[in-house]
Order: sequence, then structure tokens, then C-alpha cells
Amino acid sequence: MKILVLLSQVPDTTARIAFTDGDTRFDGNGVTFIMNPYDEWYALVRALELKEAAGSGSVTTVTVGGADTEATIRKGLAIGADEAVRIDAQPTDALQVAELIAAYAKDKGFDLVLAGKETIDHNSGVVGGMVAELLGMPYVPLASKLEVSNGLATIERDVPGGVEVVEAKLPLALSASKGMAEQRIPNMRGIMAARTKPLTVVPATSVPTPAATVRFEMPPPKGAVKMIPAEEAGTLIELLHSEAKVI
Amino acid sequence: MSTIVFIDTRGEKLPKAAQEAVTYASQLNGGPVTAITFGEANGLESLGAQGARKVIVARGVKAVDSQQLTKLVADVAAAESASTIVFVHDATGKAVAPRVAARLQAGMVAGATGMPEGNRFKRNVFSGKARAYVEVSSPVKVVSLSPNSIPVAKGEGAATIEDYTGDPGPAGITVKEVRKAGTGIPLPEAEIVVSAGRGMKGPENWGPVEELAKELGAATACSRPVADMHWRPHHEHVGQTGVAIRPNCYIAIGISGAIQHLAGVNQSKVIAVINKDPEAPFFKAADYGIVGDAFEVLPKLIEAAKKLNAER
Ligand SMILES: Cc1cc2nc3c(=O)[nH]c(=O)nc-3n(C[C@H](O)[C@H](O)[C@H](O)COP(=O)(O)OP(=O)(O)OC[C@H]3O[C@@H](n4cnc5c(N)ncnc54)[C@H](O)[C@@H]3O)c2cc1C
Repeated sequence: MKILVLLSQVPDTTARIAFTDGDTRFDGNGVTFIMNPYDEWYALVRALELKEAAGSGSVTTVTVGGADTEATIRKGLAIGADEAVRIDAQPTDALQVAELIAAYAKDKGFDLVLAGKETIDHNSGVVGGMVAELLGMPYVPLASKLEVSNGLATIERDVPGGVEVVEAKLPLALSASKGMAEQRIPNMRGIMAARTKPLTVVPATSVPTPAATVRFEMPPPKGAVKMIPAEEAGTLIELLHSEAKVI
Repeated sequence: MSTIVFIDTRGEKLPKAAQEAVTYASQLNGGPVTAITFGEANGLESLGAQGARKVIVARGVKAVDSQQLTKLVADVAAAESASTIVFVHDATGKAVAPRVAARLQAGMVAGATGMPEGNRFKRNVFSGKARAYVEVSSPVKVVSLSPNSIPVAKGEGAATIEDYTGDPGPAGITVKEVRKAGTGIPLPEAEIVVSAGRGMKGPENWGPVEELAKELGAATACSRPVADMHWRPHHEHVGQTGVAIRPNCYIAIGISGAIQHLAGVNQSKVIAVINKDPEAPFFKAADYGIVGDAFEVLPKLIEAAKKLNAER
């Protein structure tokens, strides 16, 4: 089984959020960057588990980004991916990312394409579905469990108001949400091995960018909190009703 | 030029998020609005009240099969010369909208939070810690709307219903089983949410949390450790790595307010925090706060909610 994992780099969950260049760009100054948790904890680890269970196959990661993403990509190799690909571009739009990934993946014969359910910076959750369409694969978003046997995948996915169990033949694409696997910490051997594993840099092909983020903005600051003494806790309900008008 | 809006009725009474999406589509003022849905769907005429002129139903498609539904939407988009295609930013929308965007080479805005200004759409980024403006330059636009972003229009009129007569193609997936997660309001759509954390000490103490939620007509939620310890089901986990919600009212009990928790709830209109530690970081993000023991405060809240219900 040949598995492709879409991997992106994002600011750490506790990073200070600020913008620069007239609020057109995230200010990465002094910020620690990490592997997107959904890509790492769920998509990548499940891919490795499936390969291990099968005793054969390969796990490739693909990242669209500049040279500054290579430390994060190496971490993916340290966790256990066999090889990594970096498509050299500074994307501004999800469809642009998807087109670049699909252009790379289309003739490679991947059986499974795993994305995280969303990145924690842009929160779009659309690249996996776009890649699936461009590769002509079925797509199951928000998958919390994945088993594969004899070319047939059994998936649990979150749907509005519950969970659905679905089956689909490979090749298949999905996006991974919580529950699919447990986080793996790379060990010393993995880190050493990662140094010599292939990290191929592919030049970006020319693709359309039909949308672009043109400006960022911080939300207006919160007003002061109104404190209510614990003995009069019931007042909270009255205030939520008559003052805030939300209940 | 027309606007189409794809909704999942889940075979039941029309979800609020679907009515919001149809309202949004008609307020875009991009020509007549056609809604599309699939499977067992009832009461669709009523979408006229939100501005749909007609509703096209693909009765033969029963499951959220992203390929079939993409074909369906693309067929209708072509037939109606659609310039904007609206989805709900929920599990169904996430399955179909990105495919449609890729197929039509359309710029996509995922999780718009309000009406656009021209081609410029507003959405939340960095897990609600910031907002972004996205400009779409392609002739066809795909927009998925975050639940609770706009009020449902309550106009006059009934939509006409038509059957989809095209061929959605073969199904790529088969649904084996559906497990409903309780009968309550789906968390992302709830207008009021009562949420509790590790301060509740154990799953056996959730009775008053549920009772308060019931009195307020609220959905229940929890912090991540609470779901990880299996005190509460995973679908209740809100935050950076759980569900992101934006209700009108979020009541947090015994939750410290870690940055990753706030990331999923900071878009709530009003936040009330109950915590026994006056230094709990959640108070900085709150509109109302009570420093006190949850086990003493909850009965008082329940009593006040009962009193309010008796009065209205
Ligand atoms: C990458 C990453 C992602 C994460 N994602 C999420 C996420 O999506 N959602 C999430 O929630 N967390 C997430 N976390 C975890 C987060 O950092 C916190 O650890 C978690 O939110 C704490 O949960 P809590 O507030 O219930 O528990 P605690 O931090 O233990 O806080 C319990 C609170 O209850 C109060 N309390 C105790 N007893 C009482 C009482 N009797 N009455 C009133 N108050 C009382 C205490 O004062 C305290 O403030 C994530 C962490 C990481 C590193």
C-alpha cells in the first residue's frame, strides 16, 4: 500500500498572533512553528500504523512551502515516514496548494491520501477534498477511525449529530480528526534515520489562484468582565436574559 | 446569473444551518436562488420563506457521497449558470464544497462568518484568534457559511420542488451504520451551550450540568481532558482540537480557560465563567464571571433558570 500524507507547518498553538506588512502577512517573528497537529497526530501516525500492520508499503509526506518548512518535514521522517517531498512555493490559496499536490501525485499510484481535518492557522479544511477531486478519488472528511483490508477501507466519520461507518474501495482520500491514532514522539533512532531519508524538492508548476487572503484583523478587545458574587449566582441567569439577551 | 445553495436536510425537519445558508444565498443578491438537496427530505417548500425560488432534490442519493453530490451540484450549477454556490460549513459541506471548487476551478471561502463586501469575504483564522478577508477573483465562487453567522429570514412564499433528473454516477462509498449522538441539538448549531471541565471532579457529577442545559434549552460541551478521560463523549469536546463553536451564549463551569480551549469558543457572543479560582485565565475572556464552587453555584443557576422559564 502506497500512502501519501499531506503535511503542513503552522504556528504553535500558544503562539502570539500578530500581523505585519500592513496586516497582510502573519508575523512569524519569535514564533515556534510545528507540524499541524491533525496531520501529525492522526494522519501520519495512522498511515505508519497501517504500513506496519501490512508489513509492506510506503509512507510519503508532501508539503507545499519554502525551505523554512524543512525542519518540520524532517520531524515527519523522524516519526517514521519513508520519504518526503517539498513542493517549493509560498501558497496563498487552498486550491493552489491542492493543484500543486495533485500535479505531483497524479501518476504515482497512491492507494491512500490522508490529510488532517484542517490546519490550525487557516482552519479551512478543504485541501484534502480538492486533492481528492483532482485525483478522482472518493473522499471522506472528518474520519476518526480507519481500517484497511484487501483493498477495502472501513471508516468512521463525524457527521452532523452522530457518527457514520462507511466503506470504500481504495484508492481513497480522507481527512483525519481526533481518535484516528495516538501521538508518537520521535525517538533517537528515528531522528538519526531521518537525516539520511530522501527529502525531494520539486519546483512548483504554474497553477491558478482564484482566491487570496488580502488582509488580517484582530478581533475587537473584550470589554471588562462583570463579576457576580457566588451567593447571588442566580443573578447571572437574569442578566443573561435581560441585559445580554442571549437566553 | 443565479445563486445555488446546497443543503443536507438529514432527512428530518430543516436544520437551522440549512435555513441560514438559504437566507445567505438570497441576501447575496446574485439572481434567483435554487436550493439543492438529496435523499429523504420533507418540508422543502418552506425554504421559500428564506428566499429559495425552487428546490432540486436528488431522491436517489441517500448518503453523503462526495463524488455523487459533487456531480449533482456541478450539474445544477451548469444548468442554472450559477455564479455563487453556497454550502453549510459542516461535515456535509466539508465533503462536497472543496470538490465542487476544484471541479469548477472556483475560488473558495471556507467558513464565511457574514455577508461579503463585493468579492471580499470575512472568515475566522487562527482558531478564532483573528479574522481574515479573502478576495475571490474567479467567475464562479464557492462559499461555505459557518453556522450561527446570520439570522434566518422569515419571509413569505413557498419554493417549488423539482426532482433531479440527471445521473449522479456510481457511489464511491457505502454507509454501513449510523450512530446518532443523542437526540439533542448538534453542538455547532446550538445557540446556548453549557460546558464543564475537570473542575467537575468526575462523570458522576454531570447531573446538574445537564439539568441546567435542559432548563436553558442548551447543548452540553466539555474540555478536552474531560473527553480524553471518557467522562463525556468525544463529540462534546470543544477547542482547538475539538469542535469550534460560536453560540450566542457559552457558560463554562470548572474550566480553566487554556488557550487551546478558548480557540474553540472565543467566537461566542457572550461568555459566562464559573470557576473557584479567581486567577483562572478564563475570566479574562469572559463577559460575566462568578468566583465560586461549581457544586454550590450550579443549584442556584438551575433554580434561577426554572424561575425564568416559569415567567415566560
Ligand atoms: C496542542 C494542544 C491542543 C489542545 N486542544 C484542546 C482543546 O481542543 N480543548 C480543550 O479544552 N483543551 C485542549 N488542550 C488542553 C488545554 O491546554 C488544557 O489542558 C485543558 O483545556 C484544561 O481542561 P480543564 O480546564 O477542564 O481542566 P483544568 O486545567 O484542570 O482546569 C480545571 C478548572 O476547574 C476549576 N475548578 C476546580 N474545582 C472546581 C470547583 N469545585 N468549582 C469551580 N471550579 C473548579 C479550577 O480552578 C480550574 O481552573 C490542548 C492542549 C494542547 C497542548
